[in-house]
Amino acid sequence: MTIKRKACIVGAYEHPTRKAPEKSVAQLHAESARGALLDAGLSKSDIDGYFCAGDAPGLGPLAMVDYMNLKVRHVDSTDTGGSSYLIHVAHAAEAIALGKCHVALITLAGRPRSEGSSGTQPRNYGAAAPDAGFEYPHGMTTANGYGMVAMRHMHEYGTSSEQLAWIKVAASHHAQYNDNAMLRDVVTVEDVLASPVIADPLHRLDCCVVSDGGGAVIVARPEIAKTLKRPLVNILGAGESPKGQNGGKLDLTTSGAVWSGPAAFAEAGVKPADIQYASIYDSFTITVLVQLEDLGFCKKGKGGKFVADGNLISGSGKLPFNTDGGGLCNNHPANRGGMTKVIEAVRQLRGEAHPKVQVPDCRLALAQGTGGQLGSRHGSATLIMERG
Amino acid sequence: MTTPAQRQIPAPLINPESARFFDAARKGTLLVGKCHECGEYHFYPRVLCPQCFSERTEWVPAKGTGVIYSYSTLRRGVPVPYTIAYVTLDEGVSMMTNIVDCDPDTLKIGAPVRLVFKPAEDGTPVPMFTPAES
Repeated sequence: MTIKRKACIVGAYEHPTRKAPEKSVAQLHAESARGALLDAGLSKSDIDGYFCAGDAPGLGPLAMVDYMNLKVRHVDSTDTGGSSYLIHVAHAAEAIALGKCHVALITLAGRPRSEGSSGTQPRNYGAAAPDAGFEYPHGMTTANGYGMVAMRHMHEYGTSSEQLAWIKVAASHHAQYNDNAMLRDVVTVEDVLASPVIADPLHRLDCCVVSDGGGAVIVARPEIAKTLKRPLVNILGAGESPKGQNGGKLDLTTSGAVWSGPAAFAEAGVKPADIQYASIYDSFTITVLVQLEDLGFCKKGKGGKFVADGNLISGSGKLPFNTDGGGLCNNHPANRGGMTKVIEAVRQLRGEAHPKVQVPDCRLALAQGTGGQLGSRHGSATLIMERG
Repeated sequence: MTTPAQRQIPAPLINPESARFFDAARKGTLLVGKCHECGEYHFYPRVLCPQCFSERTEWVPAKGTGVIYSYSTLRRGVPVPYTIAYVTLDEGVSMMTNIVDCDPDTLKIGAPVRLVFKPAEDGTPVPMFTPAES
């Protein structure tokens, strides 16, 4: 069975807030869901499948189904960190292809900015986490975990801080046109290198923002999608692949995208060179570089050269990426960037990105997410979509 | 950067499976997993081999020497900068750890390191590494 053209993304909504101390997490989920329904031209009673991940409060899907008073016959709370929402789109397409539901809602929301979250805090998952005893005392945080990935990549392949900085430069070129972006100033390679080092070799401007917010997408049967007044976005292929430490036989410079990418390309029947726009999860600049290599946009180890000199800038570069400004400049709701990656890809395929960053005649787009920690254990998800 | 002051090391989160790793640490021994079915070492040690899933595993003392696989010094947002690392042990497996008692600016991937135990805030010895020359 394949999900190729078995389902369409019919609604997409990015919550405009970037700081929401006065809102609850459930409220942000629901407001995002309402925005996606309005975008699609559907009503809440049309939803018969619901998807959410670990950012959903309480008992996750149970709390949110109750809060929004949904009447669904299919539910899925797969949690692979920030990559969850790309997997949800694929799982929704699978469920639709099997007839388990017709209209699936996927939501994400969180308030890490209001709650004082930072990438320099170790995360305590409790003693039952099998790695806890062996890792927690060492103070792995988000920043220094990805720092170790960048350090090893530099060691193995000669990647430079200047090359990583180009990823931020490209994101900032796009963010200048996004009224909702947290960071709208265009920055230079020199600006990135002059920002303080947070965790060697990553500078402050190599790190994504911490923001409140949320987002939602709606996936539906093609027959339903065709009755709506929105441009069609078909799902062509998907792949998912968690990766761990391999029992200590470590390989920090490769992500699960080496598996999820080829699976998605094979299902879609397209090649990396065919992709006109790519949303690439950008928790850090190094995250983008590793995924671009692993997806096959360039050879392994050549990511630094690939991203340099503005190659990711829409309008001038070969591979326009994250035209909303991405996590590096726009937002990173719930510390999970997968949802916004899907949303901007949908905008591009509909021709609804900002005119300054819209890829002309964008017919084929890819969204790629990782979640958890590239430095230890992470999820990877790849999604390929086309304009219908 | 000069040698930083000692950071306060969080107490390890210990569960019934990992307890004997810390019992050995209290006696100055770093344990790694070894599988008698497939012959492979693994880290962190587990009851079932993460390579072949055999239960014929034994947690054996590591030599306590290795090389830095990767490292990163966290310099902002913390009271005391510290260096996290993966060290590839002579047994061939890499473990998450810290590099201590050194100037982090002198560290290099591939540099030899040796085991030292540092007490966590509850006194539990935590395996860390220091440059082998020091």
